[in-house]
Amino acid sequence: MASTTHPPKQAEFTTISGVPVERVYTRADLPEGFDFKREVGEPGEPPYVRGIHETGYRGRLWTMRQFSGFATPEETNERYRYLLAQGQTGLSVAFDLPTLMGYDSDHAMAAGEVGKCGVAIDSIEDMERLFQGIRLEDVTTSMTINSPAAPIWAMFLVAAERQGADWKRVSGTLQNDILKEYIAQKEYIFPPAPSMRLVVDTIEFGARETPKFNPVSISGYHIREAGSTALQELAFTLRDGLEYVDWTLRRGLAIDDFAPRLSFFFNAHSDFFEEIAKYRAARKLWYRELTEHYGAKNPRSAKLRFHTQTAGVSLTAQQPYNNLTRVALQALAAVLGGTQSLHTNSLDEALALPTEEAVTLALRTQQIIAYETGVANTVDPLGGSWFVEKGTLEMENGARDYFRRIDEMGGMVAAVEQGFPQREIADASYRYQQALENGEKFMVGVNRFVTEEQPVPTLYIDETARQSQSAKLQALRQRRSSDAVQRNLSELRKVAATPSGNTMPAMLDCVRASCTLGEICDTLREVFGSYTETAIT
Amino acid sequence: MPDPRRIRILVAKPGLDGHDRGAKVVARGLRDAGMEVIYTGLRQTPAMIVNAALQEDVDCIGLSILSGAHNAIVPELMEEMRKQHMEGVLVVLGGIVPESDIAELKKAGVAAVFPPGSRMSEIADFIRAHVPERPALVS
Repeated sequence: MASTTHPPKQAEFTTISGVPVERVYTRADLPEGFDFKREVGEPGEPPYVRGIHETGYRGRLWTMRQFSGFATPEETNERYRYLLAQGQTGLSVAFDLPTLMGYDSDHAMAAGEVGKCGVAIDSIEDMERLFQGIRLEDVTTSMTINSPAAPIWAMFLVAAERQGADWKRVSGTLQNDILKEYIAQKEYIFPPAPSMRLVVDTIEFGARETPKFNPVSISGYHIREAGSTALQELAFTLRDGLEYVDWTLRRGLAIDDFAPRLSFFFNAHSDFFEEIAKYRAARKLWYRELTEHYGAKNPRSAKLRFHTQTAGVSLTAQQPYNNLTRVALQALAAVLGGTQSLHTNSLDEALALPTEEAVTLALRTQQIIAYETGVANTVDPLGGSWFVEKGTLEMENGARDYFRRIDEMGGMVAAVEQGFPQREIADASYRYQQALENGEKFMVGVNRFVTEEQPVPTLYIDETARQSQSAKLQALRQRRSSDAVQRNLSELRKVAATPSGNTMPAMLDCVRASCTLGEICDTLREVFGSYTETAIT
Repeated sequence: MPDPRRIRILVAKPGLDGHDRGAKVVARGLRDAGMEVIYTGLRQTPAMIVNAALQEDVDCIGLSILSGAHNAIVPELMEEMRKQHMEGVLVVLGGIVPESDIAELKKAGVAAVFPPGSRMSEIADFIRAHVPERPALVS
């Protein structure tokens, strides 16, 4: 543009991930001969870019699922009942770090960590306390647990069994995505290969016993939180999903036996259109891979369903009330991208776990989008926008490039062992930090419009959770039959050492005999060993 | 005058938390700011951190804690440092720390707490201004 009264204020405009953005988009931005019907289609039709359901949210709104857990199972149970009473439609369990790492609350490594970032679960009795008065047949439950996913799921299933529930009717999701732990969140216990085997055990068990339960939620959320770009989140997450498919096929299952129950979990960051393009591309890529490469015949196998959480990393400790606005816009992007389930972060989460007031506001944000804005009345309202379609295409092509590079390395497990995704993410995260420092990117309240701070009320968790959990563990150990504990743990040890065996039945028996999470994970540590990463900076 | 010895810093990730984005960005940023940085990797106990700090002869230990375990970890780390006569080593902390805990952490010996959103330059300047003088190495 040669002459204008308002020349561009920057030399280059880019997305939050650093992808160039043009002044305006026209039909010329799509490739010549772009076949809209084939490349985009209609809602409910392949390649599902516009959504997996013909009626979108007209038929059914997304599940409003706030991730929650703190202190003891008793205290978290109260929060769950409160959230359900406020209109939340699904539960989502946050576990504390000792639980995520397979340690009992009285383990030396658990000092200072019990109940801090989630709820402490040591035994079947804690799992029963967590869901006291909540019928597991009536509510869907998502559990954010990875390395110890199999024993935690066993505890959940035994708790349901003791409520008299039919496993065939219990629905929910296990995160159980170990690959992203090595890539991003780093709460791993065992080396990659035995970890993958445990994931396959749960997929196989679920296909047989729990037809309404999603055994894996393949998670880009943490990859993004670790500093990846939107494209890296998309590419690594879907490639992780394909890796689970490969390993499960090798166990001998047919693709349509388990693919319909694989689900996904994405981040909703602040760059509105980039996020929407990411979700639309994800559906298309999954459809194409599952049908063209794996020969899935059941249409449900190739329909990518996903949960979304707004970006924790985008929240600021400075001017925390601004986070409410950030979350609302991110949630809107997730809805316009067609999410099946949504968690909106609370405004105080850069400071602490949320207070009841803050989490209620976060839930109300979803309800306002659903019931007041009208955006749920039509499916994929941004479809056909040249900018959005171009962005979707760029995401697809970029992800395919990453797939090729990872395949050349021998697959995702090999790529992780070589540190490839870890390095890509660390580089992207450092580039973004530099862009913030040198003022190329703005963060309101951090490097723009900075003001004096007004403190907000925050939730404070003290050390009583550890004392309470330790006392319960001591009582449990005295009460249970130590013969039954030893017998069941040694049975588990035997199955774990047999690579073709499925550990789930033995795990369920251990849980029924009141073995603790720490004891079960120690038994698996003996057989599988522990993993230590080579630190990359 | 010979160049003063480069500042050596140990960036450490104690406790069970694996969220290492901040630690890694700070490690790289301090390196770019001209310091020698050693990163411990994940899940270090206070004893392991102090041992590494001794072996590497660092001027400063930078802890990254987001999990809320700081009240358990910091006093233990300070006790280990006292045992090893490391009073001259600066300790700074980054991560998610409730405002109400900061005074107590400073009393325990933490020189500064950097919350989310802190600038790299701010962290580097603070370390430069506060590491104790060391004799310059003449080679």
